[in-house]
Amino acid sequence: MKILVCISHVPDTTSKINFTEGDQKFDTNGVQFIINPNDEFGLTRAMWFKEKQGAEVTVVNVGENTTEPTLRKALAIGADQAIRINTSPTDGYYTAVQLAEVAKDYDLVIAGKESIDYNGGMVPGMLAGLTGFNFVNNCIGLEIDGDTATATREIDGGKESLKTSLPLVVGGQKGLVEESDLKIPNVRGIMMARKKPLTVQEPIDTENLTKAISFEKPAPKGDVKLVAPDQLDNLINLLHTEAKVI
Amino acid sequence: MSILVYTESENGKFKKSALEVASYAKGIADELGTSVVAVTVNAQDSSILGNYGVDKVLEVKNDALSNFNAKAYADVLKQAAEQVSSKIIVVSSSANSKYLAPLLAVGLQAGYASNVVALPVSTTPFKVKRTAFSNKAFNFTEITSDIKVIGLSNNAYGLKENNTSASIEPFEPSLNDKDFDITVNAVDKTTGKIAIADAEIVVSGGRGLKGPENWGMIEDLAEVLGAATACSKPVSDMGWRPHSEHVGQTGKPVAANLYVAVGISGAIQHLAGVNASKVKLVINNDPEAPFFKAADYGVVGDAFKVVPELIEKLKEFKANNA
Repeated sequence: MKILVCISHVPDTTSKINFTEGDQKFDTNGVQFIINPNDEFGLTRAMWFKEKQGAEVTVVNVGENTTEPTLRKALAIGADQAIRINTSPTDGYYTAVQLAEVAKDYDLVIAGKESIDYNGGMVPGMLAGLTGFNFVNNCIGLEIDGDTATATREIDGGKESLKTSLPLVVGGQKGLVEESDLKIPNVRGIMMARKKPLTVQEPIDTENLTKAISFEKPAPKGDVKLVAPDQLDNLINLLHTEAKVI
Repeated sequence: MSILVYTESENGKFKKSALEVASYAKGIADELGTSVVAVTVNAQDSSILGNYGVDKVLEVKNDALSNFNAKAYADVLKQAAEQVSSKIIVVSSSANSKYLAPLLAVGLQAGYASNVVALPVSTTPFKVKRTAFSNKAFNFTEITSDIKVIGLSNNAYGLKENNTSASIEPFEPSLNDKDFDITVNAVDKTTGKIAIADAEIVVSGGRGLKGPENWGMIEDLAEVLGAATACSKPVSDMGWRPHSEHVGQTGKPVAANLYVAVGISGAIQHLAGVNASKVKLVINNDPEAPFFKAADYGVVGDAFKVVPELIEKLKEFKANNA
């Protein structure tokens, strides 16, 4: 089985979010980049398929050369090879078209259900639409037996068990593996990653359907209104008459 | 040129988010001087959509669609959009709508903006405001394609009553066998509880509650508020509560009208997941807990004293305001 794991290169969850150039660009100054957490759950599940079922795992990223350390980290975790599509991922559709071009040669494609930067939540679904592969989003469990896949999907207020077949696109998240299953690359992994192939491909020509124009930080929050523990009637009154939420 | 809206139902009944997206579609339709067409799949009593500004309902009744199927449902919406020549399609942020929206967008060659929080900033060019960076920022996105798909954030626009009388037409889309290469084995849904995604109020507990045996008061507080229950990551990691209740960056997102955090310190990853909530109430005995900086209302005090008393006072309040 050939698995492709799509890797988004995103600011660390604890990063301060700032913008430059008149709020048009994300300020990368001093920001540490990581593998998108939703992608890392998928990558770790892919490693399980590699160990238990002999799957071959490729990681792919659409990005400029600044994303290579993130791809090397994925190789150090255990992926066999990496592909970087040499362009800036300017919108979800454009990114999905680039990934679909690579994905058509794979049996299973895992992409995080959304990236933690743009939170678009569209690349896995668009990838499925473009390739015609089967698609399970919000996937929290995945077993493969031959060409048959059994997947669990998180739904509002519960979960759903699905049966489908390869080729398949999965929108991954926590639950595919647990946080405690995530692997920190060891020295041997890091050494080996340096020798693993990282291929750079040029993008194919396609259009953007959306354009990020600008950003805005939420208005600074006013101070919290503290209510003394013996004044709970006052709290209820505030929630009712001021906040109007009860 | 109508605005098309997918009004989702569950066991035949419309979800609150369906009425919210209908209200929102009406808002856009008024700006553009056009009408709203809703698509329903196996829903009962579609006429209620008229109360939220829908002019026409395309009603799909088909047993093959009794289980949600993202590709098939996306295909139904695509055919509906083509029938009424709609250029703007609005869906909610439910798990199912987020599942089908990108498939629909590809099918229609449409640009898709998710997590939209308000009516378009402008319609020419078509520009929307959406959340990004896990609710740490807003992003203004222009949808440049001819056809546009908008995913509306839950509880962002609210329900707006708008009495229209909706005409109801049966709609019989053609279904593609290939879309059914995915079948539902089983659905496991907790009954009698409000889902976090559907909730207007969410009551969430953290490590400060000291153990799973103390969750009774969280459930009681949720019950009196008509809220869903949730928990922080450490709580689900320790197995005190099921993973399905974990809210935060790697858990479920919360965009409630009121988020009540009890004994949660407010780590940045937790805040990222719940910050889209309009009003946050924090109950914590540590006045230095970072969550107080992100909260609207706070009580510095012992949750084991504050919460039971709050429940009693809320019961009184509810009885007097019923």
